[in-house]
Amino acid sequence: MVSTKTNTEISLMAHLMRRAGFGASRAELEDRCKKGYTQTVEELLNPSNQTPVDIYEFLRYYPMWWKPGTMGGLGQAPWVWTMINTESPLQEKLCIFYHNIFATGVAKVDHYDEIQDMIDMFREKGLGNYKDILLEVAKSPAMIYWLDNNENHADSINENWGRELLELFTMGVGNYTEEDVQECSRAFTGWTLEHKLPRFHMGRWDWEFKFVEDDHDFGEKEFLGHKGNFDGEEVIDIILSNPATANFIARHLYNFFVEDEPQVPAWSVVPPNNPDAVKFLAKELMDSDYHMETVLRKLFNSAFFKEAQFSRVKNPTEVVVSTLRLVGGSGLPAPDILDWTGQIVYMGQDLLNPPSVEGWHSGIEWINSGTLMKRTNFMSEMISDYSRPGVKSIIDQVSGVASKPKEVVAACLDIMGPLEIAEKTRTELLEHVSSQGDFDWQSSGVTRALELLQLIVATREYQFA
Amino acid sequence: MSEPTSKDPVIVVVQLSGGNDYMNTVVPHSNSLYRDYRPSVNIAESDVIELTSDIGFHPAMAPLADMYKEGNVAVIHGVGYENSPRSHFRSMDIWHTCEPETLGTEGWLGRAVKQIDPNKENVVTAVSMGPSLYRALVAPDVPVATVENLDNYGLLTDISPEQKRDRVLDRYKKMYSPMIGSGPVMEFLGQTGLDAMKGADILNVAPNMYSSTIEYSDTSIAKKLKGIAQIHLANLGTRIFYCDLGSFDTHADQLSTHNKLWSSASAAIRDFFDDLEQHGAADNVTMFLFSEFGRRVYDNGAGTDHGAGGLCLAIGKNVKGGEYGQYPSMKEGDLDQGDLVPDMDFRSVYTTLAEDWMRLDPVPIVGGNFEKPRFIGASN
Repeated sequence: MVSTKTNTEISLMAHLMRRAGFGASRAELEDRCKKGYTQTVEELLNPSNQTPVDIYEFLRYYPMWWKPGTMGGLGQAPWVWTMINTESPLQEKLCIFYHNIFATGVAKVDHYDEIQDMIDMFREKGLGNYKDILLEVAKSPAMIYWLDNNENHADSINENWGRELLELFTMGVGNYTEEDVQECSRAFTGWTLEHKLPRFHMGRWDWEFKFVEDDHDFGEKEFLGHKGNFDGEEVIDIILSNPATANFIARHLYNFFVEDEPQVPAWSVVPPNNPDAVKFLAKELMDSDYHMETVLRKLFNSAFFKEAQFSRVKNPTEVVVSTLRLVGGSGLPAPDILDWTGQIVYMGQDLLNPPSVEGWHSGIEWINSGTLMKRTNFMSEMISDYSRPGVKSIIDQVSGVASKPKEVVAACLDIMGPLEIAEKTRTELLEHVSSQGDFDWQSSGVTRALELLQLIVATREYQFA
Repeated sequence: MSEPTSKDPVIVVVQLSGGNDYMNTVVPHSNSLYRDYRPSVNIAESDVIELTSDIGFHPAMAPLADMYKEGNVAVIHGVGYENSPRSHFRSMDIWHTCEPETLGTEGWLGRAVKQIDPNKENVVTAVSMGPSLYRALVAPDVPVATVENLDNYGLLTDISPEQKRDRVLDRYKKMYSPMIGSGPVMEFLGQTGLDAMKGADILNVAPNMYSSTIEYSDTSIAKKLKGIAQIHLANLGTRIFYCDLGSFDTHADQLSTHNKLWSSASAAIRDFFDDLEQHGAADNVTMFLFSEFGRRVYDNGAGTDHGAGGLCLAIGKNVKGGEYGQYPSMKEGDLDQGDLVPDMDFRSVYTTLAEDWMRLDPVPIVGGNFEKPRFIGASN
């Protein structure tokens, strides 16, 4: 076969790169296998060793994408650009992970720059302590406006932020009372944003976090069985000391990195697919003080992670970014970037504009007849573009080792994954190429192989990561 | 003059994205305040197409003015909702979901599709013309065909020549056909893939069946409406069509931009109805136009900023032409932060469309009971 390594080793590395990143070419997988699995995990967990994407290079081409304010469709482009070109894909994966938990959208915030700032914060702090991330989120002007904490006053509380902090960002439904929601909200009174100036002609002014002492309720609170004159940070400490929080974050990690779980709103009633794995992750969270790098190291090195290949439906961002990274040729900023961010939207994931504070429903809910068509068409068009270096490389590898239909199918499935597909799908692929006999790489072979690749990305199996 | 129709009612929604300037679309030409507020961004008195002694259309709307005079256009005044956020995103969401208080995820037309076709018997009951699926059409387990270009719609459309594409599609169909014991997720994917193919197969017949003497212009809205006409004329059972036109976000250079937009819209709408009329297929179609908000009463020198109350139009042979609601007061003291105050809830307008036109139960669709402006029915 193509591989110099055993197929299991390559498969496992491919799995790690699909989950902790946006997939990898065969050459990259081979390189990484030489370093080894644990070393690759370490590399992913230490993004500071990689050269970061120079977003200013991108912005020099597209200055209007700098602080696009309220201009529809422009806000996601710098982030998508970073995802396509990063050498530290886990960082970007974590940005998506946190963006889906702390789902904040321009539908209400109407200010891309502030939500972009949240994403930048996730990139910077995503591997650190969950507490720091929570504190940053609590002080994010986008989040404050999104969940009305600017309307949360000492003399009349607004519970929106306090409730979602408990329900969606930390503990999950059923682990606190209505009184806890109110007491929690009291602790965050006065956490507001600098007065929102009127909309400027061509955009928005930057917003800033502001603590208004006069509007903060300094009184005694009784929260989750604790009593004291708590402020927001102390409330967060109490929340994090509660095992329900560790369980909830563990389940999010499992759902995002390991295997599709039921949708989040069902978690209070439906047990996890793998309770032991969630319990394990929860314990690691507690033991490490919610240090995400530590917990992710355990996760990626665990048996349950390694065994969970192809058990998640790729989200639209993964579909587009992993395809573009695979086919290559997107190193320089081109106008296509708007089309690519658009494609992610058409497939159902309008980044920086989630449908609600609950984030996106994931797994099989990504799929409907419209989105499946968009996914298939996009991937098929890209994978058959022979001018793309990644595509040419795939064809070179296949043509180097195979010419009989059966070998060519096997080689393509191997290089595109290695993919695990149903016997029936394999039979169909084989039948498709068999009628025309052996591949003649001097004439029709390339075209025939590209057609085969199009069918492979169109399979049901290819929708999974 | 309209005649009653026994055919199933069809609605064509045209979304004017970006915030259409109500005051320069339906000009309150006799109100002296109009010219006071709009020293730079106004329609000259001599250019206004007078409909009544009080209001007139933008000069680019001559084709629509003719239709108005024929009694087939309802002008619905001052539509909106309380506490307009003046945000495109949020406001459009509210119009799409009928949820002004919370963030909704289900669209009102998605809920309508569920009532029309509860068993998903027709995968093209709703067709969205445009690359994106509008939230108005989204609801769980509701298939919606999203068509960017009807001439090139379907799965794997980049594959050519046709013979090759047919070969690949044939294989796709086999790969997506039921696999024993593959589990519910794989089964769902298989069914969805086949649904997508089926929808495309159904819609692909439309352009081939179509012939017309109407020559639509080369604008994006004309292309979309022509596609809608083709699908409607093919009798595929599509009941809801959706498309958009924009951007009406005219903070600057409004006079020229607004003129272009309404010229293309008016011509395309006239051509669309003429096309249907020519084929005897206009009697069961009502078109509905809305925008997420109107614009600020005062101009800013070159354009207008985001406002609140806006305008809806309903067009077709089953529309009782004329004015509905009141033009909101333009007196200084009656404005809210410099904006017209809407006094017709948009859900009232939807209720008329859902109940009187589509013959559906409007309450679950719009989320409550609202008094209806009665713009559907035989014209006077």
